[in-house]
Amino acid sequence: MTKFLMLAAAVCGLVAQGAAAGTVSISCSALGKEYELCKGGAQAWAQKTGNEVRFVSTPNSATDRLALYLQMMAARSPDVDVFQIDVIWPGLLASHLLDLTPYVRPEVKAQHFQTIVDNDTVDGHLVAMPWFVDAGLLYYRKDLLEKYGVGVPEQWTDLAATAQRIQDAEHKAGNQRLWGFVFQGRAYEGLTVDALEWIASSGGGTIVDGSGKITVNNPPAVAALDLAAGWVGKIAPEGVLAYGEEEARGVFQSGDAVFMRNWPYAWALANAPDSPIRGKIGVAPLPKGGPDGRHVATLGGQQLAVSKYSPHPDLAADLVLYLASAAEQKRRAIEGSFNPTIANLYKDPEILQANPFMGQLDAVFANMVARPAHVTGSKYNRVSVAFFSAVHAILSHRGDAATNLAALEKALNAIGRNGRW
Amino acid sequence: MVGPPRPDRPARRRAGTVWLLLAPMLLALLLVAAWPLLRTLWFSFTDATLFDLSAARYVGLANFALLLADPEWWRSVRNTLVFTAVSVALEIGLGFAIALVLNREFPGRGPLRAAVLIPWAIPTVVSAKMWGWMFHDVYGVVNAILLQLGVIGAPVAWTASPDLAMAALIAVDVWKTTPFAVLLLLAGLQMLPQDYYDAAEVDGASALSKFVRITLPLMKPSLAVAAIFRALDAMRMFDLVYVLTGSNRETMTMAVYARQQLFDFQDFGVGSAASTLLFLVIALVTAIYLTMVRLRLSEHGALAG
Repeated sequence: MTKFLMLAAAVCGLVAQGAAAGTVSISCSALGKEYELCKGGAQAWAQKTGNEVRFVSTPNSATDRLALYLQMMAARSPDVDVFQIDVIWPGLLASHLLDLTPYVRPEVKAQHFQTIVDNDTVDGHLVAMPWFVDAGLLYYRKDLLEKYGVGVPEQWTDLAATAQRIQDAEHKAGNQRLWGFVFQGRAYEGLTVDALEWIASSGGGTIVDGSGKITVNNPPAVAALDLAAGWVGKIAPEGVLAYGEEEARGVFQSGDAVFMRNWPYAWALANAPDSPIRGKIGVAPLPKGGPDGRHVATLGGQQLAVSKYSPHPDLAADLVLYLASAAEQKRRAIEGSFNPTIANLYKDPEILQANPFMGQLDAVFANMVARPAHVTGSKYNRVSVAFFSAVHAILSHRGDAATNLAALEKALNAIGRNGRW
Repeated sequence: MVGPPRPDRPARRRAGTVWLLLAPMLLALLLVAAWPLLRTLWFSFTDATLFDLSAARYVGLANFALLLADPEWWRSVRNTLVFTAVSVALEIGLGFAIALVLNREFPGRGPLRAAVLIPWAIPTVVSAKMWGWMFHDVYGVVNAILLQLGVIGAPVAWTASPDLAMAALIAVDVWKTTPFAVLLLLAGLQMLPQDYYDAAEVDGASALSKFVRITLPLMKPSLAVAAIFRALDAMRMFDLVYVLTGSNRETMTMAVYARQQLFDFQDFGVGSAASTLLFLVIALVTAIYLTMVRLRLSEHGALAG
């Protein structure tokens, strides 16, 4: 594989040499409208600056893409100058990425959400620029809440009570398929995201704290996970243990769930002309864990980074700054519903006209919590797998939260060499 | 070849030509099979990571020790063996029954034989995704039918429930791979000499005794081959499990475990060791199986002789 990549890199190198001196290559994701938008933006930059841009296709699966990036970077390949990277990768890839600090004016950096800038800063180096952001949202059925005269739940216990009440009443009325709440319960990264929201909103921390200490085994976290385990089979179908984003959306969009936790992308699809629940849904911040808790949403999204092995880092950095600029983020928000990382854009009338729901999101984005990808660096995936496996066991009622989290703490200490990572 | 071997010039030249003709194939095999295998073997003795493969250092048997001490790995071994044993037994049993039916003359046999092959022709990832939606607990067709028939009282979470997930995987594999067993066994059935049956007919043997005394013994080699083919395939099982239940520990096979180490954890050392052990386990099972089959076949041969 490495051999093949090096050969491919050599061939591409020859091609690149034949082109103009200022050819920058960029890897964009090709999910949905992403490729089209990325291409449009990068070509606009090329025309403006008189350079050329080359596009490198990458696998759609994030895991596969990471493996490909790592192979290229390990071979110090000059093949790709600009990488589109996931929000959890900066810590993992930092050693191969250029510090963008000299290129970014402080006032530009200050436009972006602080949480994401912090996430993209590793050991004081700004290794990536925020491009678009994702955050967990609570979707609810406006029509059903109105029918039963209940408000949008403020706390997880309210959500469970409301869900149970509507579910019971609707079952009596003959709507047997309705469930209260669906989320991402499959044993995968999505469960790490969801469970982190339950724990962090209850004051249970973020699995591993900023200093690298493993904090996951604490009373609020135990309580939050025991609470969530109580949902499965009652207000959430048992099948939720195998749901990813799309399975959950399938149930919600068929009109078979009152509440759903999902990313912003579900908004446009659930309101599409062929959607049975078009116009019947609302979006709110995820509930708090108890009266002392807070609304949180796990941070997701994509960044742009420049490879350390790029032959022309200045040009590459310029392209990154162009693509991450307010003007380009505005275009992407209007044309593709991608959430900007710049707070001011959430007040932009043109963006709000295209995406009315974005006006409600700035409160959500102000309370984001990042997965502990930073401090755990290259071991993040092990931490995530250990965590979601433990949570999956709790949700499947194989041992309570206290037992499973105690075992998880032990496992994480072994992975993280007692917090030294 | 008649007479004592005499290394004359034409023969030697012929041997040279043979090697010349074989060379491209051998080179290709060396490049695509031997080289990756040896490299995997080498990585399994190092601490290589995907971050920097060139920085790999020799660590002896540490990776293997780690795996053998990891309960998750042992669980993946158990899952793989359970999956293999149950799915292969069902596939060979069902496959043999279907092959016997398809071996009879009846109208429409040709189209039916082709139709039986459809599940085998669908790429595994596609059929796994398809079954994933069919097994969906809320709007899957499996639950809808069973609920209509009154077999189950409430929707069942086929791929989510820890107790049912393995059964669901085996069911999909049986659906998909039985046609392959049918194909192999049908070929075996069609090679059986007709005169044995004619003789049995004359002796007035019943259908059952014809099956037990003629078909079954003569089909033993075919059954053995079909079973070993299926077992080798089942032990490598990856795509179906990965698509249908992901990295769920309850159903993780050895191949899924190795992939997780290699790519999710970027740990080429441990991942390569897991791949090597998978190879060794398959080799071991094959060796045991072949020895057993050969013993039994030769016993049978001795009795018949």
